[in-house]
Amino acid sequence: MTAITRVRPAGRARGDGKRDPFRATPLTKIALGFTVLLSAFPIYWMIIIASRTNSDAVDVPPPLLPGGNLGENVQRVLNTEDAHFLTGLLNSLIVTSTVTVSVVIISTFAGFAFARLHFRGRNLLLGSILLTMMVPLQQMGIVPLYQLMVSLGWVGTLKAVILPYLLNGFGVFMMTQYTDQAVPEELVEAARVDGASTLRIWWNVILPAVRPGMAVLALQTFMLNWNEFMWPMIVLTPENPTVQVSISFLTAAHTTDYVLIFTGTALSVLPLIVVFVAFGRQIVGGLMEGAVKA
Amino acid sequence: MSVNLHTERADPAPPPPGPGRHHSRSSRRFWSQMDLKATPYFLISPYFILFAIFGLFPLVFTLWVSLQDYGLAGGDASFTGLKNYTKLLADADFWNAVINTVGIFALATVPQLFLALMLANALNKRLRGRLFFRLGVLLPLVTSVVAVAIVFTQLYGRDFGLFNWLLGFLGVDHHIDWQSAKWSSWTAIASMVDWRWTGYNAIIYLAGMQTIPRDLYEAASIDGASSRRQFWSITLPMIRPTIIFTVFVSTIGGLTLFAEPVMFASNRMDGGATGQFQTIAMYIVEQGFRNFDYGYAAAAAWLLFILILLGVGINYTFVRRIGGSK
Repeated sequence: MTAITRVRPAGRARGDGKRDPFRATPLTKIALGFTVLLSAFPIYWMIIIASRTNSDAVDVPPPLLPGGNLGENVQRVLNTEDAHFLTGLLNSLIVTSTVTVSVVIISTFAGFAFARLHFRGRNLLLGSILLTMMVPLQQMGIVPLYQLMVSLGWVGTLKAVILPYLLNGFGVFMMTQYTDQAVPEELVEAARVDGASTLRIWWNVILPAVRPGMAVLALQTFMLNWNEFMWPMIVLTPENPTVQVSISFLTAAHTTDYVLIFTGTALSVLPLIVVFVAFGRQIVGGLMEGAVKA
Repeated sequence: MSVNLHTERADPAPPPPGPGRHHSRSSRRFWSQMDLKATPYFLISPYFILFAIFGLFPLVFTLWVSLQDYGLAGGDASFTGLKNYTKLLADADFWNAVINTVGIFALATVPQLFLALMLANALNKRLRGRLFFRLGVLLPLVTSVVAVAIVFTQLYGRDFGLFNWLLGFLGVDHHIDWQSAKWSSWTAIASMVDWRWTGYNAIIYLAGMQTIPRDLYEAASIDGASSRRQFWSITLPMIRPTIIFTVFVSTIGGLTLFAEPVMFASNRMDGGATGQFQTIAMYIVEQGFRNFDYGYAAAAAWLLFILILLGVGINYTFVRRIGGSK
């Protein structure tokens, strides 16, 4: 058996292309290249329009290269008072960073408890989290959530779009999996024998070991929360929006001013592009790791 | 810690063991017992407290709200029993939204997952620049859903849209008003969903495919199985759990579709002049936050939930059979 498998890759499977099912044919490469182009085009198109004028935007045939009006267009977005774009951008940064930091901390705490501590009701509680991951809480509870915000006097404030997002079942699940795989049971036991308290173990043993998992969770939470649209649109006012709400107002109020809308849109995804460029490898890795475990 | 213990024991002339000392030792044991028993609950409590307030309470309270009549201007509520539900089930606009949602969902998800499988299979080949291709197909994730919808809505523009221009270039009818009809608006919205999520699902499938032992394929090759045959008989059955996962996620996401159709309607909730692409989520927001009929919106939210359970159940039984039930 070993002889066969050792011979095969060198001999037939790799040498004779038709036999190797993992050889990328030219057709595969063309298809992949085409897909990447298709994936990139709308983003490229956004940049083209954002850097041109409105008369270019309706040209026939359409422009296929970026123009030189980006700076001036950005100025125009920032000066469009009814969009409150800068406020929106700033608000989104505040909301998303707060949510990301606390989701990661809460999930790391709970993940440690579920993966490495023994307590009554552990499986039941973890099961309940998995179950609620299936429920679209935001859509289901939207009316009472709104009434709750009214009675707390939080409508129109950032608290209303931060607090409901602090809980994230997916995060807890992910950190449970990660802790389980990254921290050997014996390590926790050894620390325990040395007399370390549970919180001390969390700080000195767990935290250093699960840092890569925390980073992936942070990236995913950031991208997910930056995207949030329905709830902020309902509970925030046009004067104090998140960036998504701001560009949706921009679209509604300036329907034919494509350049203005596209420049706002391009600015709104800028933080995501920065995150993607800086951490693309980790994002792919994190997605693939999470997928196998789920 | 252990050093501490040692000095204690080696203490040559212990002073008369006062009650304080005994107390501190037993209290240390008490606290370490407490630590073992209580700290786990302390660690998970932030999640569950927040969940109780912002997850469970709204969920349960929706049921209560759905049994109320809020009058016309969101005034005082009065108990009406199941009236909101009976009214909804007879409401043509609600059923229109249900049909639109399911239609767009099917139109978006079936080709999307199929394409994602093909794409993952291609990405699983031996390639130069693997990371480049993987990042390339994930590129749509760097945009927000609202941004995608805005860009595509412009591309689908009737007079100056690139898609109509392209159709004209190919010699087809090129003055399609994509928003006006059901088929065209559904297609446009489905294409936005597909553009953003196909690569994501492909990466998830790829991860599943990479866990399949390669000897399986080698053995199949020796037996003369074509690569298409290998795909259907080895790859698909082996990544079935991953497929089920993506079907779950797409079902929940697809049936709660909101941002794309809203932006396609220029930030309105009606989904076109005759509601040709109004989804259930849009209908809920329209009833609850444009007409301020909280009770009616809450009832619609519960019906949406039942629809999601149904959808997940149906899709699950369907997907479980993938690749034969051998």
